[in-house]
Amino acid sequence: MAKVTFVTHEGARKTVEAAEGDSVMATAIANGLDEVIGECGGSMMCATCHCYVDDAWADRTGAQNDGEGDMLECAASEVKPTSRLSCQIALSPDLDGLVVHLPEAQI
Amino acid sequence: MTLIEGHKAFTPAKGIPVWDVDPYDEAILADPEPYYAKLRELGPVVYIPRYSVLAVGQYESTRQVFTDHETFVSSRGVGLEDFALGTPWRPPSIILEVDQPDHTKTRRVMARALSPLVVKNLAAMFRETAETIVDDLLTQRSFEAVTGLAERFPVSVFPRAVGMHDVHHRHLVDYGSCVFNAMGPDNALRRQALERNAIIGPWILAACARDRLTEDGLGAMIYANADEGTITEAEAAMLVRSFLSAGVDTTVTGIGNALWCFATNPAEWDRLRADPKLVRPAIEETLRYTSPVHTFGRTAGCDTEIAGFKVEEGSKVIGVLGAANGDPTKWGDPETFNIERRPLGHMAFGAGIHGCVGQNIARGEMEALLSVMAEKVARIELVGDAAWRPNNAIHALDKMQIKLIAA
Repeated sequence: MAKVTFVTHEGARKTVEAAEGDSVMATAIANGLDEVIGECGGSMMCATCHCYVDDAWADRTGAQNDGEGDMLECAASEVKPTSRLSCQIALSPDLDGLVVHLPEAQI
Repeated sequence: MTLIEGHKAFTPAKGIPVWDVDPYDEAILADPEPYYAKLRELGPVVYIPRYSVLAVGQYESTRQVFTDHETFVSSRGVGLEDFALGTPWRPPSIILEVDQPDHTKTRRVMARALSPLVVKNLAAMFRETAETIVDDLLTQRSFEAVTGLAERFPVSVFPRAVGMHDVHHRHLVDYGSCVFNAMGPDNALRRQALERNAIIGPWILAACARDRLTEDGLGAMIYANADEGTITEAEAAMLVRSFLSAGVDTTVTGIGNALWCFATNPAEWDRLRADPKLVRPAIEETLRYTSPVHTFGRTAGCDTEIAGFKVEEGSKVIGVLGAANGDPTKWGDPETFNIERRPLGHMAFGAGIHGCVGQNIARGEMEALLSVMAEKVARIELVGDAAWRPNNAIHALDKMQIKLIAA
């Protein structure tokens, strides 16, 4: 459906296949990426699924949702213009090939 | 139109299994696992004629209903009453019983007041209080842990976090219990809750007034939004009320259930003591394993479908969170309490835009208490059997005598 590449803070790359409708957060967890925690399960309450969308993809993943910025203020790592909560990015075939970078820490 | 429990009675679509059960029977509420299992086994959606409701208990269908807030609305009540057809038992909550776009505004105000950063700043107070209470309890031979610990800890820290001048242990705990019992049918539990609420409700409202709160608590943060004009003064009072309906009895239940889990699974307590970093996943597993909030309702806002079955507008749907959290299709071995499971996506806090807004502070309270106990307590032992307390929406202990063995 869509492939997503995660790049860790140390530069390791992992490309995985996402299930239709899954969020980037759920995809990371399903594929055992410990760099994403997602403690609240996707209710936009915890800021432990912080990611930086690759510059080439930032337009296509869209803007932050209402309230997402408030939660990002609580993130453990630096917040950049491309910061998103990965639970708020739903995957679709349009996002096939998406690249997201993971922060140094989530808690 | 025929009404049952204040909502429209309807005939289910062909193919939906019909089960003549009373999910609110006190025996089922006290020991719900067999009911959960049969509900899941019957199918993704089941019709219960006694109350004319659809019940979802398989993980996927429950999640579908809770994440599709546009179809399965909250504004018509999250209990059995349909607010579109009658007068609710209390003025509806402006965050729980409301849809977008109104929900977005109040949710944001509450989410900011209960953010991870706010909770981080409360952590030291939570920990100090936990140390005092646990040290005191270690001097006792044995004690009743529902009032003596599960209630005592949140009642000590939460009103302080909110900044309340007025603290009444019984009223604070029982208010939440009343609100959750009111989500059920017109049974004895609900009738008693409404009677009790006639006494507690006015006390709660008075305690939520601006001049009954400190200037540095969560309550003041909510009233600051009224000063900025984001919400009205009356809305601020309603949101502070939500702290008390949803933030005390629920956490009490989570803590009590955690003590029960560890008392009955001592090897998991040893694992937590050996690796205290497991406290956060242990909290998630406790929530999944015991589902402190077991059932929550929605109303179909339009003609729709659940798992391919037609559902007509106005149908009440109860989401049996306890059943979803025990679905073997999702969890493999759900009957095992495993603190390393990391049960991402459990439904104990609901899901989607109405997912519990207080979940950070709930985790923060549980983390403080369990961490302190993991340091100081070698074993948690049950003295006799624990008893569960039937409630139309909460799965909580009634009485549990325990003994703490010092580390």
